[in-house]
Amino acid sequence: MSAHWEHFAHEADVGVRGIGPSKPEAFEQAALAMTAIVADPAAVRPAERVHIECEAPDDELLLAEWLNRLIYEMATRHMLFGRFAIELGPGWLRGTAWGERLDPKRHDPAVEVKGATYTALRVGQENGAWIAQTVVDV
Amino acid sequence: MELSLLTRRTEYEWEIPRRGAMRVPAVIFASEALVERMDRKVYEQAVNVAMLPGIVGASYVMPDAHWGYGFPIGGVAAFDADEGGVISAGGVGFDISCGVRCLLTGVKSAEVRAVQHELADALYGQIPAGVGSTGSIQLGVSETDAMLAGGARWAVQSGWGEARDLERIEEGGQMAGAEPAAVSARAKQRQMDEMGTLGSGNHYLEVQRVSAIFDAALAQQFGLQTDDVVVMIHCGSRGLGHQIGTEFLKRMAETAAEHGIVLADRELACAPIRSELGQRYLGAMRAAINCALANRQILTHLVRRVFAELLPQAALALLYDVSHNTCKLERHGARTLYVHRKGATRAFGPGHPQLPAALQAAGQPVLIGGSMGTGSYILAGTSESEERAFSSACHGAGRAMSRHQASRTWRGREVIEALAARGIIVRSPSMRGVAEEAPEAYKDVAEVVDAADAAGLARKVARVEPLICIKG
Repeated sequence: MSAHWEHFAHEADVGVRGIGPSKPEAFEQAALAMTAIVADPAAVRPAERVHIECEAPDDELLLAEWLNRLIYEMATRHMLFGRFAIELGPGWLRGTAWGERLDPKRHDPAVEVKGATYTALRVGQENGAWIAQTVVDV
Repeated sequence: MELSLLTRRTEYEWEIPRRGAMRVPAVIFASEALVERMDRKVYEQAVNVAMLPGIVGASYVMPDAHWGYGFPIGGVAAFDADEGGVISAGGVGFDISCGVRCLLTGVKSAEVRAVQHELADALYGQIPAGVGSTGSIQLGVSETDAMLAGGARWAVQSGWGEARDLERIEEGGQMAGAEPAAVSARAKQRQMDEMGTLGSGNHYLEVQRVSAIFDAALAQQFGLQTDDVVVMIHCGSRGLGHQIGTEFLKRMAETAAEHGIVLADRELACAPIRSELGQRYLGAMRAAINCALANRQILTHLVRRVFAELLPQAALALLYDVSHNTCKLERHGARTLYVHRKGATRAFGPGHPQLPAALQAAGQPVLIGGSMGTGSYILAGTSESEERAFSSACHGAGRAMSRHQASRTWRGREVIEALAARGIIVRSPSMRGVAEEAPEAYKDVAEVVDAADAAGLARKVARVEPLICIKG
């Protein structure tokens, strides 16, 4: 099974789900799913990289924190990210996000992301694959 | 939601009786048809809120309720600090003090139609809208703190607006008790170049015409006549509010157990009002309310500038400014309560001491946004609403379809052309954004408003329909 992402339905907002053979890959795919709310991740060039470190008491809060740190970087740097690489340990995450400055004409951004919620928040294994998901407020 | 789960109190009022760990019942205000179409998650969330410490009266659900984050969107819950009551970041939401303001232009629709395209272009040119858009106002550290403490009052003092606007804004334009020091450096950083921006998603600025009057006496008191033009602005506290919501949600989830709070779900994360964290959140959340009030005030100033150029005969007096994601300390009967309204509008009835003299007889204007094709509504708060749901009403239509499904169903260009054929000019930087906000992706706002009126939460005054929509 190769790593991939999908969106799932929420009445007001959008659910993001990363699926991968390992937990870090599921986290990376969840981040790609979040970018896809705004624009096509394939259209984002890996021109700049941003390093991110965060901590949380458990995997689920760590997923929300990871996504929220990316939202902060997207908002303050006016960037989109299309590639991610992370390392996970107990209660910590170290990652790199590659992307570029938002170009409204080329990216046609649909909506800005306000925050990752704890709704439908889950990190776990299913049929041998890791799943990392939550609902993102837009 | 299955009707069998509920006890019918009246035609528009349904009870989820108290059971298990519920401290109070839950009460839903809606027609039978609306209740049947409500997500089962609304039921679960209303029940979960009813279990929180210190809740008073009931866990209330408005007619437009849908699945939210811990609290339903369209939820109202009041807490008593003396009884161990809590404050919840999720119960306020990420877009703190998101709200709507309405400006009366004093011109008729024919006057706008004569310059409709020019006006649309000028508004679109002046109002920063859409993902990544930046405002022309850059605030330094001390100015940011002054804005967070002063709200719309700060904006008026800085030259964005008129002193007479302030009495037409909740809290007189300035939320008391704001603590800029409780707002993190990250939250302030996120706001650096977002002052005076509209945002994206369901946020908009519309020029609208009054298409129907339902209550002539109330409409007259609000200064509304058929075919009058109004401007409606829907946006919130931008990045600053989102960051505050994010940070406190995490902190409240991490510390709930330390505070002895058992959460049915951790998205209900909250802290006792009388705790260091609860007080810090209150101070930060109130600062975010001021940020939203200042932001809508600056946008108002930009709108006035555009109208002064193209329609100098327009007056642009503020009818009212309401916030629908807040927690506010309010007097209800003999008690002082912390009232969370998540996707719900305060709706003070006639004679309420917080209303300005000109609105004392009519009650508070309640502004309900619809989609860009269907129109919006202006209602008035009622005296009955106080006993129904701590003077609260609905806030909008709510989505009928996910963003993903909407963007696969429609193309933005087609939506714009279809609306143009109906005389509605849309300007937006994002075609995908327009598709996701297509009118058909929303529920029928009329049905929601009719239910709010029939339930006595607020009285229908007028319907307004867009002529111009600036969409982020």
